[in-house]
Amino acid sequence: MREVRVEDVTETVCGLCIEANTRLPEGHLRALREGLEREESPLGREVIERLLENAEVAREECIAFCQDTGYAVFFVEVGTEVRFVGGELAEAIDEGVRRGYEEGYLRKSIVRSPIERTNTGDNTPAIVYYDLVPGDGLKLTMLVKGAGCDNMSALRMLTPAEGLPEMKKFIVETIERAGPNASPPLTVGVGMGGPFEKAAQLAKKALTRPSGEPNPDPELATLEEELLAEINATGIGPAGYGGRVTALAVHVESFPTHIAAFPVAVNLDCHSHRTASAEL
Amino acid sequence: MSAGGAEPIYLEVPLSKEDVEPLRTGDVVRLNGLLYAARDAAHARMAEAIENGEPLPFDPEGQVVYFTGPAPARPGHALGPAGPTTASRMDSYSPLLVERGLRGMVGKGLRSEAVREAMREHGCVYFGAVEGTAALLARCVKEAEVVAYEDLGAEAVRRLVVEDFPVVVVNDLYGGDLYLEGRERWRRKAAGS
Repeated sequence: MREVRVEDVTETVCGLCIEANTRLPEGHLRALREGLEREESPLGREVIERLLENAEVAREECIAFCQDTGYAVFFVEVGTEVRFVGGELAEAIDEGVRRGYEEGYLRKSIVRSPIERTNTGDNTPAIVYYDLVPGDGLKLTMLVKGAGCDNMSALRMLTPAEGLPEMKKFIVETIERAGPNASPPLTVGVGMGGPFEKAAQLAKKALTRPSGEPNPDPELATLEEELLAEINATGIGPAGYGGRVTALAVHVESFPTHIAAFPVAVNLDCHSHRTASAEL
Repeated sequence: MSAGGAEPIYLEVPLSKEDVEPLRTGDVVRLNGLLYAARDAAHARMAEAIENGEPLPFDPEGQVVYFTGPAPARPGHALGPAGPTTASRMDSYSPLLVERGLRGMVGKGLRSEAVREAMREHGCVYFGAVEGTAALLARCVKEAEVVAYEDLGAEAVRRLVVEDFPVVVVNDLYGGDLYLEGRERWRRKAAGS
């Protein structure tokens, strides 16, 4: 067994919160620059230019590039040979979020319940998904999830007979309905398969894949390309002002499902696609 | 925003009806002067105040509301990063302020027909700012002061003094809608069929 001190987890999480909120990943910046080359609408081009400029200012001044510093979502891969010492892992992650959001001048956006809307004051609880994996590694991947785009996400339980054509239609319709509200240019996470909740979780996890990196399965990679082309044909464009670049990337993740089922979930991420990861 | 070279229109807030009448969907505008920052929770309280016959945190006449909830400011900054939030969440409240003389709103995303109708009737324009440019927009804010509902934290009502705050006219007084027109113009008709 390898021992990992939970205070090291806290420190790592604190750093991830600040990094993800103040530095756009290089892959996403590249996707924005490529988008700028493809964009034909003058207003759309200007929006992308300002997004890039904003990213630079945020990095230089170490301030958040979007005021909605989101839910702190973590995908944690825990090796079965890891033993945590000095406290509880879940508490250590929350403590890291608490510190990161305070030290990083990040907005605290979480309320206690959908009905009783008192701010928790420290952006906790973190939203954590654990995966047990072989070995003694520990990997934390953070996704900062803004609500504007999350609100425009959708899930549908299709029938097997409706199949792929209906799935594509549903995804494009979701983006049409979101229009400017989801703050394009988007990164689109699609999860299909499993029961109800699995599809949603896969859609969120799909967003953590580095920008524009295709699915290793060639068929799914082709599907991603087709979906991207259809989404960019909508004309919604940067900031929804009209243009060619509505999405920068579509990431599809698939999982086995039931003979009676074809669940599909679409999770949208805005211009500020914020991920960061670390291994301990 | 310069809309591909078009000269921006500079406006000083508070605005008169005459200031907003010439504006057209797609016009690029720089706002100077006052903006009142308010979002979900502050709007709910303002609606409650109106219902109870209590005074509002500010007189809406001639003013512009900015839908934002800023991040905390680093020392030396007037305001933390502050981009626009989704305006449709304020749709059920906005007509109450528009009827009381509000001249402009700054946000992102589509507005309901009820809001657009109130805007046309009372002379209020909806401006779009680019979400995702929060760090840049905060640089345009020279002064910021909480004027009401301090307990709401990021959602408190703030009085901002801005310089050359970049916006685009989304909904003018004549039924124009940049989101719908822009999408129509750039849609590839044959795709997806």
